[in-house]
Order: sequence, then C-alpha cells, then structure tokens
Amino acid sequence: MTHLPYILASYGLATLIALVLSIGAALRLKQARTQLAVLERPSDRTTGATSPL
Amino acid sequence: MSATPTLVARTGAFFHRYANPGRFLKLGARLQPWLTWPALLLTLAGLGWGLFFSPADWQQGDSVRIMYVHVPAAMLASAGYAGLAVCAVLSLVWRHPLADLAAVEIGPVGACITALCLATGSLWGKPMWGTWWVWDARLTSVLVLFFLYLGHIALIRAFDDPQRGYKAAAILALAGAVDLPVIKFSVQWWNTLHQPDSITLTGAPTMSSSMLWPLALSTLGFSLGFAAIVLARTRAAVMESRIRSLLSSPRRRADATQTTLQGDAA
Repeated sequence: MTHLPYILASYGLATLIALVLSIGAALRLKQARTQLAVLERPSDRTTGATSPL
Repeated sequence: MSATPTLVARTGAFFHRYANPGRFLKLGARLQPWLTWPALLLTLAGLGWGLFFSPADWQQGDSVRIMYVHVPAAMLASAGYAGLAVCAVLSLVWRHPLADLAAVEIGPVGACITALCLATGSLWGKPMWGTWWVWDARLTSVLVLFFLYLGHIALIRAFDDPQRGYKAAAILALAGAVDLPVIKFSVQWWNTLHQPDSITLTGAPTMSSSMLWPLALSTLGFSLGFAAIVLARTRAAVMESRIRSLLSSPRRRADATQTTLQGDAA
C-alpha cells in the first residue's frame, strides 16, 4: 500500500478525536447524572425520618 | 401583514415545546442509543470498507482512502457551523434557552471536526500535491471556519454574565455563516488547486459506486456520531445547569450546612 503513513495518520487521528470526544461526553454525562440523582433524592434529613439501621 | 408575526409565534411555540429541560432530557435519553449505535456501526463499516475493500484510484493510488475520513469531516465542519447559526437564530429571535446550551456544546465538537478536515487534507496534499498546505481558496476558507469556531468557543465563555456571552457568540455565529457559501462555491468561483465537488445535488456523482458506497456509509456514520456527541454534551449541560441552580437555592444551601453540622457533631 503506497503512502501508508499518511493513510494511517488520517485514520488514527479520526479515531483519536472520536474517542476523546465520545469518552469525554460519556464521562461528563455520567458525572452529571450521578450528581443530579444525589441532589434530587428526597432528603430524609429534612423530613425527620430515621435510618432503618 | 399579520401573517408574519403569527408564523414567528407559531415557530417559536414549536421550538419552545422542547425548552422544558425535563422534556428535553427525556427525549434526549430516548434518542441517544438510536444515534450512538448506528453511528458506531456505520462508521466502522464505511471506514473498514474504504480502508480494506474499496479499490485504489488510478491516479491517486491508495491515498484516495484518506477521502473516507476527509470528506465526511469537511461536510460536517460546514454542517456543524450551520447548526451553530440555527442555534444563534433561535437564541436571538426566540431566546430559546436550550439553543444557547447547544451552541456552547456544538462549538468544540465542530472545531475538532474542522481540525480533522484540515489535518487529513494536509495528509492527502503532501503525497499528491507535494506540499502540506497552499493558500488555495477552499483551504483558506476552511481555515477561516476553524478560526470562527475558535472565536465562538472563546466568546461564549468570555463574560461573567452568560447571557451576554450567548448573545455575542450568536451574533458571531450568524456573521460567520457568510463563510459557508464561500467554502461551498470556492472551487467554482476561483481557479483552485483543490478539486471540484465529486458529488452534487443536481448532477450524477463523478466517482465509481465502489468508492461512493463506503463514502456514503462513513458520511452517514460521522453525521450520526456528531449528532450523538452533541446530544450527549447538551444533555450533560442541561443537567449541570440544573445542578448549579439546585446548589444555589437557599433550601439546598441550608441542607448542605445541616449535613456539615451533623458531620461535625458525629
């Protein structure tokens, strides 16, 4: 295959950008979902409920 | 005379239906897998076909395989900016809150895909033209697009008051949209080193179907992937906005203080 380094660099760069963007988006989404779930959980501190333990 | 405000109001009402964060998050969560998995499959199929099974070009040899990355990236660079311009209209005319958040998220993804387009163009240009770069009309107008993306990213985050940043960036996005027809028609208006379009809306494609199919697959895959990433980032941005408003509410602050006091007492 002629010009192999140029072809590999193109495909490698595309893969790298796709991975960075998609993993970044997935991690950000996961972190936001977890944090939001904690904040929106009905708080038993304010209602005076006690832990079953 | 009264038709225009009604149309504007109706269009605004249509877009504002999804301004509700809860409704958007629900719709986004439902759409996400339908964008992500087809994007992955189509991109892998298109790039795999292009890299291993499509024929080499009689003039370009195997370097033509760079096209399966470069062309989708080029199309998406322009399409992403068009999306940014649409968000700008939605923000300036209807003050749609999600349009601003989407614009914040489209910018970096669009800049990355434009950088990929420029880089793969250079990687193709070196073996074919003998140079990494020429100040050709097509290449220069895409470079301008890249700088417009960078400007948008910087401007939208430049103000302490986010609303001012959104407005300034929306104006930039609209003004910068002038570059899109320049990119599209640069190969017709000027005598460029860059080749003319091989695929047009009106005429038959000037490439073999053995190359056209993998190109179509990778273009569709890249487009869905772009949409999936922007959607995921926008969903995260909506959630982060909700988190910020919850944390800044007086009741939540009181809860946080109570938790700290309980922790200290324990």
